[in-house]
Order: sequence, then C-alpha cells, then structure tokens
Amino acid sequence: MFARALAQLTRRPLTLLGLCIVILFLFVAVFGPAIAPYRYDTIIRGAARQPPSAEHLFGTDRLGRDVFSRVVWGARDIIFLPAVTTALSVIFGTCIGLLIGYYGGWLDEIVSRALDSLLAIPALVLALVMLGTIGPSPFGIIVVIVMLYTPIVARVVRSATLNIRSQGFVEAARLRGESTLYILFQEILPGVLPALTVEAALRFSYAIFLTASLGFLGLGVQPPSPDWGRMVNEARDSVSQTPWALWAPAGAIAILIIGVNLLSDGLRRIFRYEGQVE
Amino acid sequence: MTVPVLQVENLNVDYRLERQWLNALRDVSLTINPLEIHGLVGESGSGKTTLALALMRYLAPNARISSGTISLDGDDLLAKSPADMRRIWGKDISLVPQDSLASLNPSYPVGDQIAEVTRRHQRLSRRESWRQAVEMLRRVKLADPETVARRYPHQLSGGMQQRVTIAMALSTQPRLLILDEPTTALDVTTQAVILDLFRELIRANNAAALYVSHDLGIVAQLCDRVTVLYGGEVMASGPVATLYRQPLHPYTIGLLASLPRPTPGVETRLPAIEGAAPSLAERPRACVFEPRCPAAIPLCAEVKPALEKLPDGRLVKCHRWREIASGAVQLPTAPVQQTTSAPPRQRTVLQADGVTKRFGESNLLDQILGRASKPVRAVDGVSLRIRERSTLGLVGESGSGKTTLARCIVGLTTADEGELELLEVPLANALSQRSRDELRNLQMVFQNPNDALNPYHTVGQALARTIRRLSAERLTDEDIRQRIAQLLAAVRLPAEYAGRYPAELSGGEKQRVAIARAFAANPALIVADEPTSALDVSVQSVVLNLLKDLRARESTSYLLISHNLDVVAYLADWIAVMYLGEIVEEGDADDVYNPPSHPYTEALVSARPVPDPAARQKIIRLEGEVPSARHLPSGCRFHTRCPRKLGAICETEAPPWRDAGDGHFIRCHIPVDELAELQAGPPDSKHEDR
Repeated sequence: MFARALAQLTRRPLTLLGLCIVILFLFVAVFGPAIAPYRYDTIIRGAARQPPSAEHLFGTDRLGRDVFSRVVWGARDIIFLPAVTTALSVIFGTCIGLLIGYYGGWLDEIVSRALDSLLAIPALVLALVMLGTIGPSPFGIIVVIVMLYTPIVARVVRSATLNIRSQGFVEAARLRGESTLYILFQEILPGVLPALTVEAALRFSYAIFLTASLGFLGLGVQPPSPDWGRMVNEARDSVSQTPWALWAPAGAIAILIIGVNLLSDGLRRIFRYEGQVE
Repeated sequence: MTVPVLQVENLNVDYRLERQWLNALRDVSLTINPLEIHGLVGESGSGKTTLALALMRYLAPNARISSGTISLDGDDLLAKSPADMRRIWGKDISLVPQDSLASLNPSYPVGDQIAEVTRRHQRLSRRESWRQAVEMLRRVKLADPETVARRYPHQLSGGMQQRVTIAMALSTQPRLLILDEPTTALDVTTQAVILDLFRELIRANNAAALYVSHDLGIVAQLCDRVTVLYGGEVMASGPVATLYRQPLHPYTIGLLASLPRPTPGVETRLPAIEGAAPSLAERPRACVFEPRCPAAIPLCAEVKPALEKLPDGRLVKCHRWREIASGAVQLPTAPVQQTTSAPPRQRTVLQADGVTKRFGESNLLDQILGRASKPVRAVDGVSLRIRERSTLGLVGESGSGKTTLARCIVGLTTADEGELELLEVPLANALSQRSRDELRNLQMVFQNPNDALNPYHTVGQALARTIRRLSAERLTDEDIRQRIAQLLAAVRLPAEYAGRYPAELSGGEKQRVAIARAFAANPALIVADEPTSALDVSVQSVVLNLLKDLRARESTSYLLISHNLDVVAYLADWIAVMYLGEIVEEGDADDVYNPPSHPYTEALVSARPVPDPAARQKIIRLEGEVPSARHLPSGCRFHTRCPRKLGAICETEAPPWRDAGDGHFIRCHIPVDELAELQAGPPDSKHEDR
C-alpha cells in the first residue's frame, strides 16, 4: 500500500513539488554549514546594509552579517525543533489514542475530557505563559509544542481506532488470546497509519509556524543563533533600509510551510483514494 | 399492440477506470409492458445496478452510454435535456433504493419529504400535498399515518422506513418503478409483508416495475418476467414460470440448483458454480460465462454466442441451449444426495445453561441522578446443548438476541448470568479467564468477510499466527508452513494464496480464508454468525459445501446463526428458534418445516421466498414490529404479533414447554396436537390469479 502511495506521489505534480521543497530544505539543514560562505555570526567589516549581489546572495543586514549564510545556518533549528516535537507528539498521541480508543468506557471519558481541556487553551497564550516561567530555550519550545499537539494526534488516532476495534480481525485476535499490546500495535496500528501520516505532516507544518512565531516573539533560540522568526523581528526595524534581511527569512518560512502543506495535502488525497479502492 | 412502458435496445454502458473505457453493459435489451413486474437477477458485478441507473440516466460521472436506445412510453429518454430529466425523475420514473435510511433526509419529518415530491411535480398546495402524503402512508398500510408523517426517519423501524420510501416513490403515480434490492436489509417476515404490498400497489397504480435483486426466491414469488444478467450481458430472459421450470442457460441452471432447499431426511450436497465473476477489465471476449460453465466446449471460448429468441418468446445466450433443451447435455439441477455423511455423536461439545446478557444497565451515576432505566435483556435465560460433530442452527429475526448469544458463548461478550460447559468441563464466561486450550476449541467465523482479515497481513501471516498461538506443542516453521498448505487445500484455495493480501481476494475467497483460520488449530466448536449472508448465491453454495465437508473431516461441531431458514436447514441437524431473547422452539432440523411448530416458526417458514413460481405456501404475515427488548411483553413474548393467539392467557402467563416427541419442544399455550391440527390445513391460495 505504501509502495503504491509512492507511485501515486509521482503522478501528482503539486505533491511532487512539495516533496522537492521539503527535500531541499532538509538538505540545507543537514549540510548548511558546508554550503554557507560565512558563519552565522561573522560580521563582515564595511559590508553592512549591502543589497543582494553575487557575493552576498541575500545581501547583508545592518550589522554586516551575510543574510544568506544566516538563513542557511538557521534551517537546522527551524527543521530540527519541529521535527522533534512532531515525532514526540505522534508517539505520545498514538499511544494515548490507541489505548483510549480500544478500551473506551471510563478511561476514554476521563482522558478525552482532559485532552479537550488542553485543546481549549489558545496555543500562543499557553506558550507565552510556559516559556515565561521556565525561560526561553529550545527545550522549552519542545515541551510546549508537544503538550499542544499530543491531544490533537491522540484524538485523530482515537477515532481511527474506534472504527477498527470492532472489526472481525480484531475480534479474531481476541479469540486466539492475543495480548492487548499485540492487538494495539500489530492489528490496529497499521490501519491507523495512513491517517497518522497525514496528521504528522500537518502537525509538522504547524510546528514550523509556531516555532517561527515563538522565535519572532523572542521566546525561541537565543541570539546570536540565527532563528528565522527572530531574524524577521530584528529586520523589522530597518525594513526601509534592508528589506532583503526581512524578506529572506520570511520567504524561507513561507516556502517551507507551503512545501510541507502541499506534501501533506497530497498524502491525504492519496490515502483517501487508497481507502476507497479497498 | 400496446406500447411497452420501457423499451431498452442494445444498450452499451462504459466506465472510465485507470484511463481507459471499460465495457460494463453490452447490448442489453429489455422490454417492460404495462402492469408487468420485471425481475432483473444478477450477482454483484453483473451490472444490474448500472442498468437500473442507466435507465434513469443517473449514471456516475465516469460512466457513459455509448450506444443503444431507452424509451419510456415510446418517448426517447436519451434525447432529453437534463432539465427534462429532472421533471421525469420522481414523476414518471421512481426509484425505491436499497438503503431506505440513507435515502431519507434525517432532518425533516417523513411526511414533509413525501409532500415535497407532489408539491414539486403536481404543483399542489402545502396543505393538499400534506393530506396526500398522509393518504399515501395509509396506502402503504402504516398504522396511524397521521403520527408517522410527523416522525423523523430515525424514529421509524427499517420496515417502516422502507414503506415510507415506497409511499414517496408511488405518490406521483409513476409509470415505471425501479426497485433496487429494496428488501435486502429487512427481516424475512417484514420482507414478506413488503412484497405483498408491492404486488398490490403496482397493480392498483397501473404502473410497471423493474425489480433488481440477487434473490431468486423473491423474483419467483413477485415477478412476471425475468432477465438474468451476468458479466454485463443478458444470459436469459423470459416469463418466470417457464424460466424456472425449464432453465436453458447453464448459468441460470447453476444458480437455481445452488439454492439450499429443504430435503427432509436426506443429506445433500449443493451443485456449485466454481470460480468467481470476472472483473470489468478481465471479462472474457467470447462467452462471458465460459470460464465457469460446466457445459463449456472449445467453441465457447472463441465465439460469442448470440442472444437467440425461442419460439415461445424466451431469450437465451448460449451455444448449447438446444442440446440442453433436448436433454443431450445434462447439468445438475437439484441438490445431490450425499452418502459419506458422518452422523453426530452423543458426547456434548457445548452446554449452555440459563445464559443471560443485559445491556444498558444503569450505573451508579444514573442511579444518583434518579434516571435509572430498565436494561435491555438481549439474551434471557437461554439453555442449549450441542453434540459432537453436529450443527445447531439458530434462527430468528434481527433483535432476537441470536448474535449476542453467540458472542457470549465464544466470550467476546461476557454473559451476566448462566453457566457454560465446554467438552463437559465448566467454562468461564469471561474471555480473559479461559485457557489456551479452551480458546483453541472455540473459534468463530464472522459475518462480514471484508473485515474478518487484517488488510495489512497476508493470508499466510494470518494463518501462521493463529496456528502458533493456539497449538499446544511447539511447532517449527516447517510444521507451520505445512499446516498452512493443508488448510488452504482444505478450503480449496491454491497454496500461493498464502502470500496474498486480503485486498487481492474476492469476498468468497476471504470467507474461505476466515474459515481456514477458524479451523487452524482443530477446534471442537465453530460459531458461524451469518457466514454466507454477505456472499453471492453462487459463492454461498461453495462455502456451505465447504463447511459440510470440513465438519465430516475434522469432527467439528457448528453453532450456525442465520436469518435464512434454508441455509440453516441445509447444514444443521438441530434447530433452535429465538424470539426476543428466548428460545421458543427447538427440534430436529426437518421438524421445524412441518407441523406442529411454534406459531412464530410457522410464520418464518411461510415468509421464506421459495424459488419456485408454482409453489403454494401458507400466507402467514406477522403484523407490527418486534417489540423493544427493553419493554418485554408480559406473558408470552410473541403474543403482540401472534396470528394464533388464544386470548387473555397469552398476555398474562408465560407459556409452558410442550413436548412434541423426539426432543422436539415448543413453548406455547396451545397443546401440541391442537397446533398440529391448526397448521395441517391446506395452504391458502397464494395470490389471486396472475
């Protein structure tokens, strides 16, 4: 099924575009330091506020740092942090969702209401309060976003589990005395995976957005590290003199999110189509 | 000469799939005369629904009518504009769909929905159309139509919903009524009442109808003419009486022969049509039925036979119909007697005593809030016994508790009360307290083959896991491989199926794998819940034969649950009839067809559509709905619907078990000999002359 999904992927140009964008950004994130002509904190003497040129692809900012290099270095955090938070949310959310979906009853009632109440708090408000108390740090960002996204993933997995748990093959597994762990991960999880893949891609794009927003508010990675959100904020004051210092990181965020969204949208269509075939 | 209501000539319909046009209907012709009910019979994939939709020009966007003509009352339908078609839909052609709940809008009262049709097509005033809606509901024999009209669809039972859709379809007095398997979702007893209603209303309305169905029994009882569709082509067509009496096409012969029917005292085996219907892309170019045909000769694989018209007006598409008609080619037409049958043994496999299951018991919170409600007693003190190598058939309408009882026995549902014994050793009610050996001995075959197998596990993985989990001794991989091959051979599937995923299998093949899985570790008892109800007729006979063979070979017993009495009677040697959580009759399988029997059983037997247009059956129709198991009727639970009710005693006192001899027991106030006398009367004439 996943092999067929991959074949489908190549037949959808927009999805393919999304995939290419994501791969490009991943490449930059991994090999960034090798590509970038300067370090992110190198101040080039006498080269402040230079417009884009062959030497400085995206120009330089008001302190004389190469914007292209800063964007390239910054790719690592903007992809690494959301990737970690997405992975953790998916793992926690899947475990919780499978358990409450399979057992139902009181456990489901209590846990679902708890998750709902977490979801009721606006994301940025929770982030501001939490990071305000524990202090801004990459670790803090991970904790906050995992707290915000685990309930969402759990709800998706729970509803998929509800559909599967009463099917004949799950009952057949119970009748041969399988353990709950086996039933959850061997019988039910494969059926949840398509929905989960789509949800994970969606969470990833939201996590990028939220990380950038927190960086913009100064609650993310601390200076002089190149955080795209923070770079946008810093360049805001001198937008009339060095617009490129604002446009480069903002554009990078936009393109990455568009890429991830195109990919997740394509995945959703592919899996929905696959579901109809069966 | 009268103008036919519907005339279809050489209709071809294609579907666009995977970037190519595939032929779904090939040169289909069909004529329906006024007052005629025309049956359209076919298995899934035969194109019968495509034909029904094409007639209404209501095909899916990826379908096209590539050639042919359709005319309604001599008027060319294919020349109509979309706006014209919208005026024709619901006015001249009406559809009664299979799933009545899905076709009614849940957010309007049903009366409004019927009134909307006449308001739109006949420009009636709001009040007048409402009055007419109520009148239509009265004509479909709904008690208290004023109240029903104000109800929402979900407040009505399945039978009532179907009557509402019929009322809606008939409200504009259409010329042609298309009925797409309208009774498939209903109980036999309700189905019988609805079929009576069709017969009466179609005639009273001066309409004609196309009845699409896979059930040859219903078609025999209801229709005047039949067309048999296979692989998108007409195989045979003709008046019901001659087509059933002397079928000329091997496919029709096979379909009729493969229906289980009562054969008292004789162990039989169904002649089955092997193989599966071809998919759209794989249809043979010559005769479409050739790969499965028992009478195929080399010519059949090369030249497509023509649809020939016989002197008596019948149509048949087969190279060999003359030889079949003259008797030169003999095809099995009835179940054949089976000699190698192993009789049941005396040892008890499973004994159930007073099994009770209640649902919806009020919990602590409800009690504190004072909203404690009465629980639903789904199974109420049921006792039964299954002997080794025998089959107990459990019949009853939906809501009788038969599935809940089966689930209590295998442990998927934990019984609230009662004792179970497996192989004469007490068995825990809860699944988690049963030993591996007990699990091994109690397996289940589920109703829906499509969700019985995990789509992400191959057939081999599914079987291997079951063998490994349930076998007492440690098995090597080689042992397991051998056992898988053995099991696949036993269910007559090729060994290479072990590497396939369920999506690559047809419905019948999936059910065979599910049966192989149930047999994986030599169980003592297999509970089969409606094992064939989701399968086509031709596949059903294969699965039933298989179950019979495996019972003889593996010494396994079955608890077989079905709403289809004939299916149960084919396999079972003992039958128990359930109504509202209780067993009302049990006895030898042949006895339930004959008097004396419980009035409920009598009604079930008489409601069964017999695949023989000449058959004369008693007409016993149960009025009303099955009462809710939350508010059980006092006295005899069947008294609210019983056609043989005695009087006050039935309402106040629970009936006694009466002994009819040979272990045959009936729970009724009427003494056995009186029942026998009442029921022995000659069958009433079936319906007025046709």
